[in-house]
Amino acid sequence: MRAFRLPTELWTLAALLALWEAVVVVFRVPEILVPSVRVVFDEIASNPDFYLVQSMHTLSNTLAAFVLSVVFGVGMAIAIVSSRFLEKTLYTVLVALNNVPKVALAPLFVIWLGTGNASKIAMGVMISIFAIVIDAVLGLRSLTPDMIDLGRSMRGSGLKMLLKLRLPNALPSIIAGMKVAMSLSLVGAIVGEFVAAQNGLGFVILSAQGMFRTDRVFAAILLLAAIGTTLYYLMEVLERALIPWHESQRHGTARAPAAVVPKA
Amino acid sequence: MAVAALSAANAAAAHAVVPFDDPLAIEIDAVGKTYASSDGAVTALGSVSLDVRRGEFISLLGPSGCGKTTLLRMVAGLEDTTTGHIHLHGRGLDGLGFVFQRDVLLNWRTILQNVLLPIEFRGGRPKQYRDRALALLATFGLAGFENKRPWELSGGMRQRAAICRALIDDPELLLMDEPFGALDALTRDELNVELQTLWHRSRKTTLFVTHSIPEAVFLSDRVVVISDKPGRIVEVLDIDFPRPRGLDIREEPAFGHYSRHLRDVLERHGAFRKR
Ligand SMILES: Nc1ncnc2c1ncn2[C@@H]1O[C@H](COP(=O)(O)OP(=O)(O)OP(=O)(O)O)[C@@H](O)[C@H]1O
Ligand SMILES: [Mg+2]
Repeated sequence: MRAFRLPTELWTLAALLALWEAVVVVFRVPEILVPSVRVVFDEIASNPDFYLVQSMHTLSNTLAAFVLSVVFGVGMAIAIVSSRFLEKTLYTVLVALNNVPKVALAPLFVIWLGTGNASKIAMGVMISIFAIVIDAVLGLRSLTPDMIDLGRSMRGSGLKMLLKLRLPNALPSIIAGMKVAMSLSLVGAIVGEFVAAQNGLGFVILSAQGMFRTDRVFAAILLLAAIGTTLYYLMEVLERALIPWHESQRHGTARAPAAVVPKA
Repeated sequence: MAVAALSAANAAAAHAVVPFDDPLAIEIDAVGKTYASSDGAVTALGSVSLDVRRGEFISLLGPSGCGKTTLLRMVAGLEDTTTGHIHLHGRGLDGLGFVFQRDVLLNWRTILQNVLLPIEFRGGRPKQYRDRALALLATFGLAGFENKRPWELSGGMRQRAAICRALIDDPELLLMDEPFGALDALTRDELNVELQTLWHRSRKTTLFVTHSIPEAVFLSDRVVVISDKPGRIVEVLDIDFPRPRGLDIREEPAFGHYSRHLRDVLERHGAFRKR
């Protein structure tokens, strides 16, 4: 087991913020273009409740989209690998849909689902579900002929084959997809808020931009970065808990299966 | 599936009266196998017939590509026969354990959980088999390794665990496809002795594929030599050594006679020319 690396990464982030501060001060960047770190933190500190509420709003939509993507994505992947017919139909449709720039669909969701949370969650699912489906299909298909023979020689039902062999074998792949889907869910929630919303960090950015409040824009961006990073590390923790047996978790050098990153 | 149905029907028709005295375990009746491949059909097995008696240890010996794996897979119902029939007596396909050339242990399971996998597959309660699994592991020198993961074990230990997995559900029929092929000579000798001892105690009908003449002679009641292009049985040799056997029987003159005879047969059928 390798040591938890968070401290090093915290230092790196702190150094990045320091660099930002230094550049703004040394080159006298106008506050209207890029405010200094101190100004941004002051903005957040002056209105903590407001930013907390907006962050929670975006976070809850993101998590809802993520959970739905995982549940339906893995479900669809299982259906696709279990049926030739679904592979030819459902999977083809999904691959075709994945090539549509999904951000372009955001206004449609507003028409269909209104300006509430539903359209944001739908947007998050739309953007992130492909990462799950594609990686899960890849993982579920990667059962080796040896393992298939083993399963058949034990005369198990199709369900046993799925639960005892296919799914656990696909888990590293699925988790790789989940990592990507987590960030894409956040993208989806923000895009949804850009299109039509009365709250959320995306809404904060858009309304602050209208008033040339660059400090607010940066405050929201900083919070988004914090949320995204935290979610990513939560996924790493989840990965370590779920697949301690995988090569990527056993020694530092090997990597987890690379996720196929679908287009946003 | 068809094989199971056939064997069930067969058992019902011919052996319903005194099934326990059924002297036969497997009937391989004029079985042939042709694979369709991109450059035409490949006949892996011509026509193979063999009756395997209950409790018999049979080795299948032959050059690479002669169809040994194919035959074993057909017996296990993993592959359909192109011609002929295979009848399994007794529990049929439900009563067999397969040991593969590669151990195929699952990395997400501990050794104990790997051994218990067949129980879970047939819907049994793994907890009830825990003691049996631990005892099996102990017989094969794996006591204390039950909570390790496969990658923490050596090749020989992994193959031992795979054998325990094949034995956990007390199969009537043990099919082994070059289980020791990837091991060094010392480990191989060791496992040969262990397998021989275990077999002597349980008398499970065993089909054992190997490339090694000494291994075949040491373990078997009968050695079946298969030639290639297409695969067919060219010799069935009875091995008359008392059991249990120790590695010292290899020094006996009879062991040398058997080995030389098998090498002659293989040579006559071109096994060494192509290597
Ligand atoms: N799935 C397949 N498709 C096409 N041809 C096959 C297939 N499996 C085996 N064969 C062919 O059938 C023949 C017998 O193969 P098989 O694996 O049974 O040989 P073997 O005796 O087990 O060899 P080895 O000792 O090297 O394991 C070979 O010529 C092989 O190329
Ligand atoms: Mg083979």
